[in-house]
Amino acid sequence: MVSGAYASSLLVDMMTKSELIELIAANQQHLAYKDVELAVKTLIEHMSEVLSSGERIEIRGFGSFSLHHRPPRIGRNPKTGDPVVLPGKYVPHFKPGKQMRERVNSSRDKPYRLGGSVRP
Amino acid sequence: MALTKAEMAERLFDELGLNKREAKELVESFFEEIRCALEQGTPVKLSGFGNFDLRDKNERPGRNPKTGEEIPICARRVVTFRPGQKLKARVETYAGNVKQ
Repeated sequence: MVSGAYASSLLVDMMTKSELIELIAANQQHLAYKDVELAVKTLIEHMSEVLSSGERIEIRGFGSFSLHHRPPRIGRNPKTGDPVVLPGKYVPHFKPGKQMRERVNSSRDKPYRLGGSVRP
Repeated sequence: MALTKAEMAERLFDELGLNKREAKELVESFFEEIRCALEQGTPVKLSGFGNFDLRDKNERPGRNPKTGEEIPICARRVVTFRPGQKLKARVETYAGNVKQ
């Protein structure tokens, strides 16, 4: 797969990890595909590891990832309606950076895709 | 202390033996390709981590919090992140204090 034209292809509904690897490999011709594949997996693992240790990730122009706390609450068993105590937990949170916000918004006139369907 | 691109490149250098320049370019390319896809209206799905989705927001009334003055917030496209099951499960059990 060739870089650049890829994301604008109307055949593409969503970019997956393997497509991302192909794009990066096309830009980094001196690296073998297998190396790029391992590198992308290493980056994603590094980011997951850092977030699950409670640390933030800050990528200028892209965004930051952090944890938000969800306090304990009383839920319900949907079948029986019985109250269930749900303990507090942490959830990952992403805040887009300035450049990301501006670039995403610049394509507002074009349709975007989600799960195979083109939205108006 | 937050994770930055420099440390991510360092990890590629340490673990994969990429040279410093290759590692730096690869990290840059990783984030840039995700941004490019989103800029083109293509959502990004990184299995095991999460999805970057797009949403179009309508114009809505807003307010300057300092002056109380009413200013409309114009229609815009935004990116949202939906963490995947695997990442959610790993993060959920975190018990310590979050370093902000």
